[in-house]
Amino acid sequence: MTFDEITKRLRDAFGDAVVEAKSEGVPEPFLKVAPGKIHEIAALLNDDTVLRFDFLMCLSGVDNGKETLGVVYHLYSMEHRHRLALKTDLPAADPKLSTVSDIWPTANWHEREAWDMYGIVFENHPDLRRILLPEDYPGHPLRKDFKVPEFYNGMKVPY
Amino acid sequence: MPADSTGTADTPLTTSTGRKIRREEMVLNMGPQHPSTHGVLRLELVVDGEIVVDVIPHIGYLHRCFEKHSEAMTNYQQVIPYCDRLDYLASMNMDWAYALAGEKLLGIEVPERVEYIRVIMAELQRIASHLLALGTYGLDVGAFTPFLFMFRDREKILDLFEMTCGARLLYNYIWIGGLSHDIPPDFVTKTKEFCRYFRPNIKEFNDLLTFNEIFIKRTANIGILPADVAVSYACSGPMLRGSGVKFDLRKDDPYGIYDKFEWDVPVGTGEVGTVGDCWDRYMVRMREMEQSLNIIEQAIDRIPEGDVKSAVPRRIRPAAGDVYVRSESPRGEIGFYLVSDGTGSPYRLKARSPAFVNLSVCPEICRGYMIADIVAIVGSVDIVLGEVDR
Repeated sequence: MTFDEITKRLRDAFGDAVVEAKSEGVPEPFLKVAPGKIHEIAALLNDDTVLRFDFLMCLSGVDNGKETLGVVYHLYSMEHRHRLALKTDLPAADPKLSTVSDIWPTANWHEREAWDMYGIVFENHPDLRRILLPEDYPGHPLRKDFKVPEFYNGMKVPY
Repeated sequence: MPADSTGTADTPLTTSTGRKIRREEMVLNMGPQHPSTHGVLRLELVVDGEIVVDVIPHIGYLHRCFEKHSEAMTNYQQVIPYCDRLDYLASMNMDWAYALAGEKLLGIEVPERVEYIRVIMAELQRIASHLLALGTYGLDVGAFTPFLFMFRDREKILDLFEMTCGARLLYNYIWIGGLSHDIPPDFVTKTKEFCRYFRPNIKEFNDLLTFNEIFIKRTANIGILPADVAVSYACSGPMLRGSGVKFDLRKDDPYGIYDKFEWDVPVGTGEVGTVGDCWDRYMVRMREMEQSLNIIEQAIDRIPEGDVKSAVPRRIRPAAGDVYVRSESPRGEIGFYLVSDGTGSPYRLKARSPAFVNLSVCPEICRGYMIADIVAIVGSVDIVLGEVDR
């Protein structure tokens, strides 16, 4: 399916929850959706026989600046060989959205990483712990406003 | 063995002196310093006697803030040495993956000579990486000799790399838009020599290790990964193909000039056990080395003349936008999600590393096996902690 067909199918099913579809003037077309609907949209993308996005290539957290964080899902269909970039924006003060790890189990670790690095809370995640950083690490370092602490557990951070 | 040893977990066990002992699950720590974890990986094993009930991997011991560092760079090319250190056994593939992302963001095409050299380097690197993976895998399950044979041959590939760019492991060779410098004059003859030398050795490895009775006993029917689980966990590379899924990015989502060569994608067939077991994953790697040789032999004679640096941009300042570009590393799908905000350094760079994703399926394929099998299973995933922890 082409990007426009995928967009149309999602617009038909979810209407206004598809906030933006951009394919002109960007290196890679993407869809932006409302964070509240992410679980339903993900379920449809995975279950629908025409779409059948069964392979979640990557899930990344992003700090968009301007007080918003983002989550980007890169999806691929092993059956139909098409792909999709799905984005959603969250307020940086209270970043919460539903997990998709029940739909694509691979999201489990990616979501833990996004929580670790950006502090994005994935609701209903089975095991939302830090994954790369120590459990007692202060803050979420990939946020643009993160300041490296002067001391960590009483040890001076060298630079 | 005590008479009631087959009872449930609630029934107490009686020792030979008549003493009753409780049975319960126990948590056993494996790693971070353990020879079979191939680096600093810690596995929390929940065991019932010798049977593994659950595995909880703990990673992050080798976290080097790759993504944070990339954002602090002043130039896109400066990220490449860090990409080298992601998967330090397949640096060429990592560099290439990042270069592809940069090139897509900038919308530049690279000269054909560069494409050919990149393919040759990536395939040599794939052989080197698989040799190390297979050699240490033999070591994990108790075969020492093949390890020496495979390291001997890997050295010859590293010699070729050293001759090309001066480094044996971390090359900084593939740049956005081209290569750091051209191949030396006798590279072509030396590579052909290597191919001629190496092809018969694969048979030797097979005789020595692959079809060894003890090796098969240790790996067949162990750690079975069904195809649907592999896809839902987004496994890639030999991990996915070992489960019988014929999917290789070089064929199915081609990049570079892979569509110009004739070669096959080997998949697991359950030859000595069940499809998707450790032996299948091992065998896919073994057969991939042959295919890589096929590609190299076709490419080496067709390298066109040209300048390898003509397309390297002097200043990289892509327009704002983001791309996700993936390619096939020896471990699977290496993807870079690269975001530009229009300045001279990456705004965000996420590395989707194959070993990170492949390792996340580990608990699924470890449950119900013996502790000694965990070593065989983790070895067959072929993780490099450098890219798991980034």
